[in-house]
Amino acid sequence: MSEYIVELDHVNKIYGTNHVVKDMNLHVKAGEFLTLLGSSGCGKTTTLRMIAGFEIPSSGSIRVEGESIEAKQPFERDVNTVFQTYALFPHKTIFDNIAYGLRMKKVPKAEIRERVEEMLSMVQLEGFDDRFPSQLSGGQKQRVAIARALINRPKVLLLDEPLGALDLKLRKQMQLELKRLQKKLNITFIYVTHDQEEALTMSDRIAVMHDGIIDQVAAPSEIYEHPATKFVATFIGETNVFEGCIVEIDGRTCEVAVENGFVQANGDDFSNGEFVTISVRPEKIKFYKDDIGSFGLQGIVKDYIYVGSVLKCNIVLPNGNEVRAERLSGEEVPKVGEVVYVTWDVGDAVLLHNRDNTIYNALNNMPIV
Amino acid sequence: MEEKSKKSMRFRSRVLPALTTVAPVSLWMILFVAIPMIYVIVISFCNIDENYNVVFQFTFKNYIRLIDPDYLKIYLQSLLIAFLSTVLALLIAFPFAWIIARTKSRRKNVFYMLVIIPFWTNSLIRIYGWKTFLGNSGWLNSFLLKIHLISEPLDLLYHPATTILGMVYCLFPFMVLPLYSALEKLDGSLLEASADLGARKVQTFFEVILPLTSSGIFSGCIMVFIPALGYFYVSDILGGGNTDMIGNLIERQFQSGNNWPLGAALSIILILVTLLLVRIYQKLGGDMESLGV
Repeated sequence: MSEYIVELDHVNKIYGTNHVVKDMNLHVKAGEFLTLLGSSGCGKTTTLRMIAGFEIPSSGSIRVEGESIEAKQPFERDVNTVFQTYALFPHKTIFDNIAYGLRMKKVPKAEIRERVEEMLSMVQLEGFDDRFPSQLSGGQKQRVAIARALINRPKVLLLDEPLGALDLKLRKQMQLELKRLQKKLNITFIYVTHDQEEALTMSDRIAVMHDGIIDQVAAPSEIYEHPATKFVATFIGETNVFEGCIVEIDGRTCEVAVENGFVQANGDDFSNGEFVTISVRPEKIKFYKDDIGSFGLQGIVKDYIYVGSVLKCNIVLPNGNEVRAERLSGEEVPKVGEVVYVTWDVGDAVLLHNRDNTIYNALNNMPIV
Repeated sequence: MEEKSKKSMRFRSRVLPALTTVAPVSLWMILFVAIPMIYVIVISFCNIDENYNVVFQFTFKNYIRLIDPDYLKIYLQSLLIAFLSTVLALLIAFPFAWIIARTKSRRKNVFYMLVIIPFWTNSLIRIYGWKTFLGNSGWLNSFLLKIHLISEPLDLLYHPATTILGMVYCLFPFMVLPLYSALEKLDGSLLEASADLGARKVQTFFEVILPLTSSGIFSGCIMVFIPALGYFYVSDILGGGNTDMIGNLIERQFQSGNNWPLGAALSIILILVTLLLVRIYQKLGGDMESLGV
């Protein structure tokens, strides 16, 4: 048996002329917390719904523990879903809501009672048995929804933006609780969110989705430090993006001509003359009054914003683009209006093939005559 | 002088607003509901002379006549026909309302109009339409004769079943509309959650759909059952006098029978039955607004 519990191979979903999920390949490891991250309309929820069985893939295969499930009805699948709107049955008590799955499977009454009580204590809702969903707060409803799904001991738990409706403080708290629960129960979680911070905090791995395609699947630190595409680099955290063309390659170091001068970055598999994108995080940007690096872009300090531990700085380049940089508070910095040189350690920049380039896209989409 | 101005202040701040807002409604209710009702109640306790004129002379005679075995048979038959019509209308309307409620496209409006447009047409005319369609020389029989499926015209009219057909047909929108609004409100994610938790479609129906639309089902049933007791012309035209219902009985007292006090007493009984049903509906947790009350 493979190490993957859920495998999606070449999965497509097309609604009319709308290609929502494009040739998706995603392999989820048993016991991992995987997040599908992307902005709304990127196909992440559709992907989740295909795993749950609410949507049928237009093509491709979905396997759970090696077994094809795309022909199975939702009630035949060993996966459970936590819905964004919770979808608690309003006419049933909390006890009956949680017991629903077991009742459908005709589990003996005594065992149902025992397992529901166990679930209620796990989500810290002891004594709520006889209440109705309308008498619960958002956070409590959320816990009931999780308990109702987990009581079935699913192989995989699917969570569709489960914290979206909660306020910030509660959301932070629930993030930690969910993560703890997942570790304790060792159940595979596939989690959908558009909140990058949530994804970075909770996930073992993140699949960044964009326009029906997964751009990158990797650990949060890898996603942040080594984004695979420009979209990933700009979607996760703050970054500075420079576009240009490689003019010289020396070992791994590429010299890139950008609009305001020449810069350097490390990268493999690049060729001379190629259009590339360079991404540099604000905390990696250095700026000095004197041109002391091996390269540097001239700019003018526009302003500083003090945000406690760090000082955020905007530097305007000659073409009007702004570079965001960060310095630790208390460090001596150039004054506003002074000319500075923007640079970075070659290893801190991420060099990316410029697939987002409009010329590249235009060439690619040209009809073959 | 001061006393007078105080009075006029009170009139302006209290009496005048009440008068202008509540008075028209009250007047309307008194004129069109209270007075006719009182009139019916009074007449039901009156006697008649040999020329069938109402004489204001107190008597229980009309109510005593109501327990006549022949009448009891008619009440039972009315209740049975109304009940069967209601059940049949429910069975047909539920899937129909489900389709309208769950259709997302523009077809939804088409379905909706298919229910509403006949509703705007006079039901008497539509019932005559059925008579033309089902009669011995009607379209259905002519067609069946023509294709040699039958050699003699079928006797389709003047059965209790024909009356039920007419009732279901006439009252169908009253069943569909409350069901539609209940099903429309039903959150689709609840159905998905149910399936997700291992429920088959039949289980989802009984566990989730039915309980959550029960108020719509109740109000639909009430809205069909009550008029079905009183739609005398349906049983008149399609039942052809073979299927007497309480509505026919009342109509006859006011028309050919010319016994208004007896008709009034029968009407009172029908009103009481209606009120009782509405009370039961309320007790079961029904929502009065969905009855249009």
